[in-house]
Amino acid sequence: MSVLSLTLASSLVLISIFVSYYQKLGIEKEIVIGTIRAVVQLTIVGYILHYIFAANNVLFTLAMVTLMIVVAGNNASKRGKGIPNVFYFITFSIALSAAITISLLILFGNIHFRPQEVIPVSGMIIGNSMVASGLAVSRLKDEIKNKSEEIEAYLSLGATSRQAAQKVIKTAIKTGMIPTVDSMKTLGIVQLPGMMTGLILGGVDPIDAVKYQIMVTFMLASTVAISCFTVTFLTYRTFFTKQHQLRQAF
Amino acid sequence: MNEIEFKEVSYSSFGKEILKNISVKFEGGAIHTIVGPSGAGKSTLIKLINRLIDPTHGSILIDDVDIKTIDVIDLRRRIGMVFQQPHLFEGTVKENIEYGPMLKGEKNVNVEYYLSIVGLNSEYATRDVKNLSGGEQQRVSIARTLANNPETLLLDEPTSALDPTSTEIVEKLIFNLKEKMNLTIIWITHNMEQAKRIGDYTALLNKGQLIEYDKTYDFFTNPQNEITKLFIQGKLKEEVK
Repeated sequence: MSVLSLTLASSLVLISIFVSYYQKLGIEKEIVIGTIRAVVQLTIVGYILHYIFAANNVLFTLAMVTLMIVVAGNNASKRGKGIPNVFYFITFSIALSAAITISLLILFGNIHFRPQEVIPVSGMIIGNSMVASGLAVSRLKDEIKNKSEEIEAYLSLGATSRQAAQKVIKTAIKTGMIPTVDSMKTLGIVQLPGMMTGLILGGVDPIDAVKYQIMVTFMLASTVAISCFTVTFLTYRTFFTKQHQLRQAF
Repeated sequence: MNEIEFKEVSYSSFGKEILKNISVKFEGGAIHTIVGPSGAGKSTLIKLINRLIDPTHGSILIDDVDIKTIDVIDLRRRIGMVFQQPHLFEGTVKENIEYGPMLKGEKNVNVEYYLSIVGLNSEYATRDVKNLSGGEQQRVSIARTLANNPETLLLDEPTSALDPTSTEIVEKLIFNLKEKMNLTIIWITHNMEQAKRIGDYTALLNKGQLIEYDKTYDFFTNPQNEITKLFIQGKLKEEVK
């Protein structure tokens, strides 16, 4: 793709600006800022990846993945604002899901430990993990706030914090996982996912592209399950005291 | 039969003092009604007894034993609590009644017995709690609490959302429970007539302070405190700010 054709494609953004202006949505500024940020960030990342791929160094690869995890953890933790240590809980959950999933993919021979493979795959894992764990934490916080009396009813019958929170834990994990499960159901019919689209555009045979996409689908199912489960179980404890008392709202 | 004693108990939350230096002894095997305007600290007071919260100062004794020395889970099994809303768990009536005993590892819970105590027949056991009326739900909630065989019952306005017929049923039920099982019952109510009907003793809380505590008859016929007199006349909210 030439720089000229990419520049011409940028005119597509004008459509969203026009819709915002016409409907008085007031988000023209955000669209412009978002567009500029996307271009700058992607360009920088492009150059960094170019360098890392050329260097083919384990430490550089791991550093890049670590940076992605920390940024994702920071972003997702905004959804759990007010919960003590939520950044650490989310970041750990994302890291754990990435470590387990990547390790298994390497073990099964789906990918090799090369920056060209590990970094893009990690990006997909971390991105989905970020969204899922943010949703789970946000739902957990809301559920505990809205169902505090019901939780106290469980506690007053002699339930432990874990038993009293069981229902809200389930709801939170489910909330984090549902978008991924839903998108799995419509893959290939409603949407051609990014990785598959990219491979097809890059000239790969659609049958081979589908194989990769199936791997990505399995990988994301595992990722969101691990991250939602981990972050919910780490976080729910902060809502209770050691004496199985529900803390006052954060 | 549990005697419950508050010794200079205060409770603060987010810098706000909700209960102030409460000292009172609730005799065992009696019904104690707690009255007072909204925000007086009534619900906070009973949550301290089963340690859903802990006091910021002072201590609470049950039969002369500091409740902080008792395992909190055991304590809550000995002290049942019924809330304003029944908060029944999803599922059948049977599953709700079995919940507390199952946590203790008990099997073969006599669900029919607990249903009979609250005046519901055994056919209710398999019914989904969603299909019960408000009054039936509250009775199931009481049965669920009783299934833990508590020695003390804490009731946080259990009839405030019920119609007069259901209220009468619940009142009779609690009164009979006290007689038959010799339970110590602490009952929060907004309704002075209810306190007169049901309470052996009545306490008035206002702005986190225990204003007066006496036998119910004496409380209403010969109040010793000016604030109590205003409350009985229905003027407390307007007069005391």
